[in-house]
This record gives sequence, structure tokens and C-alpha cells, in this order.
Amino acid sequence: MSEIFVVVEHRLGEIRDITYEMLWKAGDLAEKLSHSVTAVLLGHEVSTFAEDLSDRADKIIVCDDERLKNFSADLYKEIIAGLIKESEPAVILIGSTSWGMELAPCLSVKTGLPLATDCIDIMPENGKFMAQRQMYNGKIFANVSFAQSAGCIITIRSGVFPKDKIGERQAQRVQKDFPLAEAKPAKEFVEFVETAAGDVDITQAELLISVGRGIGEEENIAIIKELAEALNGVVSCSRPVVDKNWLPKYLQVGTSGKSVSPKVYVAVGISGAFQHMAGLSGAGTVIAVNKDPKAPIFRTAHYGIVDDLFKIVPALKNKALEAKKG
Amino acid sequence: MDIVVCVKRVPLTEEVDLVVDQQKKGVKKDQLAFVLNDWDNYAIEEAILLKEKHGGTVIAVTVGNEDDEEVLRRCLAMGADSAIRVEAGDMSRFDSFGIAKILSKVVSDLPHDLVFTGVLADDDSYGMVGMLMAEELNLNHSCMVTAIELKDGTVQTTSELEGGLGEVSLVDLPALLTIQTGINEPRYVSILGIRKAAKKELKVMDLAELGIPDDELAPRTIIEEVYLPPETEGAQILSGDPDQIAADFIEILTKKGVMG
Repeated sequence: MSEIFVVVEHRLGEIRDITYEMLWKAGDLAEKLSHSVTAVLLGHEVSTFAEDLSDRADKIIVCDDERLKNFSADLYKEIIAGLIKESEPAVILIGSTSWGMELAPCLSVKTGLPLATDCIDIMPENGKFMAQRQMYNGKIFANVSFAQSAGCIITIRSGVFPKDKIGERQAQRVQKDFPLAEAKPAKEFVEFVETAAGDVDITQAELLISVGRGIGEEENIAIIKELAEALNGVVSCSRPVVDKNWLPKYLQVGTSGKSVSPKVYVAVGISGAFQHMAGLSGAGTVIAVNKDPKAPIFRTAHYGIVDDLFKIVPALKNKALEAKKG
Repeated sequence: MDIVVCVKRVPLTEEVDLVVDQQKKGVKKDQLAFVLNDWDNYAIEEAILLKEKHGGTVIAVTVGNEDDEEVLRRCLAMGADSAIRVEAGDMSRFDSFGIAKILSKVVSDLPHDLVFTGVLADDDSYGMVGMLMAEELNLNHSCMVTAIELKDGTVQTTSELEGGLGEVSLVDLPALLTIQTGINEPRYVSILGIRKAAKKELKVMDLAELGIPDDELAPRTIIEEVYLPPETEGAQILSGDPDQIAADFIEILTKKGVMG
């Protein structure tokens, strides 16, 4: 029986959601292919994690060592490459996260296994795997297959699979000693820093007026602020606006910013890159304003306004002020 | 401080209807405008900022055809000292592994304390060439870098993690860093600037010169089919003149309990 490896991602004492999502997909594939699910857990003092995952995998390989206290792509690569050699898993799943993006390519070169990144689905086909992914900011989908090899590595986008348990499993725990004689990673962890601290908390807002690249120029941000004020809402934004320093990082919605859950989220000039959309899965109603009818945001928004934001935003503001007057 | 920056020319796809090509292996590109990949723009700027502060050289490298020289000229105009284009013929036969092999070979023959790539490219978005190169070249590395500080023989990097968290690390040189957008404010490049930079060296190398065995360049991932996104229910579109749209908008907000 072939194994499906899932590399457990955890940070600051918590298993990250992507781990559960990958285990769901691994369980789904295991059922279809009569494979088994193996969680690979590296870290220090992680026995509670192993307990937590015990009904989601058939086997948990644990390597618990002080040298694994902080994530290290180098050490992970060396250790996992050794495990791959031993077990020859059919596929290795890694999160398409900041850490996974560092680890997976290195592991691919080290093991010679082919790699497809940031995948949103995996389809078994004639004993091989086909991965589905997106290109051109989600405007194009692609099915990708792998060259002949003993296995493959697939990194999984966050939030595309459920976090639920699937099937009945009881994991056997396999303890591994830290296998490397000399282990000084070339990268030394210094500290974690909070990069999005600020005095406005967009996670608490009921109405967010969010602005993206479509606003064009820094001075145009003013019309968004005016609209937010007229609606008693709070201004937030997507990444390009922060990259250009037009608004502070603590107002950014998305994977690298904040996850928000307003009753209504108004997205103005935001195309809807998945990194942004991941931050508003908790929003009640999403209304998008964008002049590109093919903008990916219209695929998930509840309401859409396909027009020039410079015509629409002033009209919305005026109507809001009228409504306020009663 | 000698820095090599790997860059790519990509199509602009915002507000554009993409059309799948006949073989269903890619999109039709003849009507598209091309630019320097956004991430690479930040990477070249960061290299030039470091050079301005610490001295050294900046070399921009790309793999592609003659049209791709446009982005190298832009890099030269921004302040790169020289540029290299590897002429590799039909680019569709390479995947990220092939490109990483080619770039690694080029970089290995150049002086490099630091190698930069963008985190990912706007077109196929694999986001793996940088780290493939790091492993290929056995270089130390940091990913998704949003801040760089040089400290004798090492570089302190801040990597962007999820949820507004940054990870600060110390990495011994030489190192490969993948650069995230927002790390700096890329300078403006004028047409005149590009014209002035025409005097700088832009070397064209033939892939054959690099002597990479063919089997090492064979793709490991194969695009079987590309297609437009599957239909979803999609948004309910508010239509009419701006005044009508605004009235509908306020009605929705009222219904959802966020007005007044």
C-alpha cells in the first residue's frame, strides 16, 4: 500500500489550518486509491500535535528535537528526503505557504521528484496524479501532470479543502531520531515580528470599504475615505495599495494581512487575487466594483457593479449622504 | 557586493480577456502588452539600492527571445551595470526546472554575493525558480523577503509569513533571496533613461554555450490543458445609471443592517 505524505505545518504552538486541509485531501485520495495517509511531524515538544492528528492519519512520523524548535527549510528538506527514500510515498503534500514555498522546491531538487505548486485540486488518473492550478491571477486554469518518477510533490493552496476529518483512521506513531550528524542550518532564526500593528482594527468592523490597485493614484484614495465616512464604514485595502505605501499595512485584507468578517465588504478596484479573497471568507456580503467584467472577484462576490469606479464611488457617496438625511 | 538579479518579461492581463490557444497549452499572447514582472521590479530596485549603499555590481539576467531584452534595458536604465539574455529558442519546452537550471548555470559563472529573484511571476505563478536555484547552486536562502540588512558577511532578512507576521533570520553570504513586493519603491524609468542605458552591455548567450545536457532540461511538470475558469453562479450585477446603481447599493446595505 502506497503512502501519501502530509508535511505538518505548525507555528507558535499551533497546528496551522493548511495541515488539516491537506489531511482532508490526503484522506480523500487514500480512499479512492487504497493508499494510506502518513503525517510527517517535525518540531520540538510536539507530542500534543501528534495526539491531535491521531484520527486523521494512518501513521504519524514524529521527529522531536530541540534543533527543530524553529522551522528550517534546510533541516526539513534533509529529514524528509530521508523519509521519502525509506517509504517511497506516492505523493508528498506540502502547504503552499511562506514556509512551504521555501521547502518544496529545495526538496524537489534534493530528491529529484517533480513538483507542482499552489494547486487547488488533485485528480488521480491511471495510477498517476493530475494537479489543477491557476495561472494569470486566476483568469486561466491548468491541469498539470508529472514526468515519470517514483512520486511527486504537490503544494496545496490554503483554504481550498475542508478542515474536516474524512474516514476512520487511527494513527500508529513512529518516533524517529534526529537523523543528521551535523546540523547547523545555514539560516539562523532571530525572531518573529508583528508587521501589521496599528490603531484601527479592521477585523472588528461591520462595514468595510476596501480599495485596490484600480484606484490608480495615491490622491484618489481620498474618495474612498469620503465614501467610508458617508457610510460610517471603515477603510481597508488590498496588497498593491500597501506595497505602494498609500495606506498602512494594518488596513490590508488578505493572506499576508488580516482576515476580516464584516457584515458587508465593499471591494473597489480590487481584482480579487486569491491571496486577497482568502482574507474575506468570513464576510457576510461582498459587493465588488470593477470595470473589468472578467475580474476574478465577480466569481465570488454576491453583488457586482461593472463600471468605472470614479463614476460609481461619488454616486454611492451622494446617495449615502441623502439616505442619512432621511 | 556583487548581485545577480533574475528577471522575466510577463504579459499584462488585468482588464484583458485572455484567450486559450489552439493547442490548449497556453494563452494567445500576440495582442497582449508585456512588462517587467512586478516582483522582479522590486528585486532589481533592491539590488540597486544595496549597490548604491555598499558598492559592487548588479547584473540582470533573463532567459528568452529578443523581445525580452526590453525588460533588461529597463533594468539597465534603473541602474544595473550589465545584462545577460540567454537565447533558448522555443521557450514553451521549458518548465520552471529547466529555467532554473539555465539561470543557475549562468549565475555560477558570475561573481555573486547575493542572487535575487522575484517571489513569483505574474504569468504562471509557480513561485519556485528562486528556491530551485538556491538548491541547485547550494546557496543559503530566504524566501518572500520584505527587508534586507547587510551585516559583515551575513544578511539579515525579514520574511513575510501569513497574518501580518514577519520572520527575521540571519543568513550567511553568498545567499539567494526571493524578493516580495513592497520591499521598496521602485524608481521611475523614463524613455530617455532607457535610451541612455543603451550604451551599457547587454550580452546574448546561446543556450548551447552553457553546455547543459538536454535531459537535465526536460520538463518535470507538463501542462496537459489550460482552460477558462469553470462557470460559477457569480455576482448579481447591479445595472442602470450610477444613480440607480447607488440606490440599489444603499438598499442592500440597509437590508444587511449596516446603514444608519
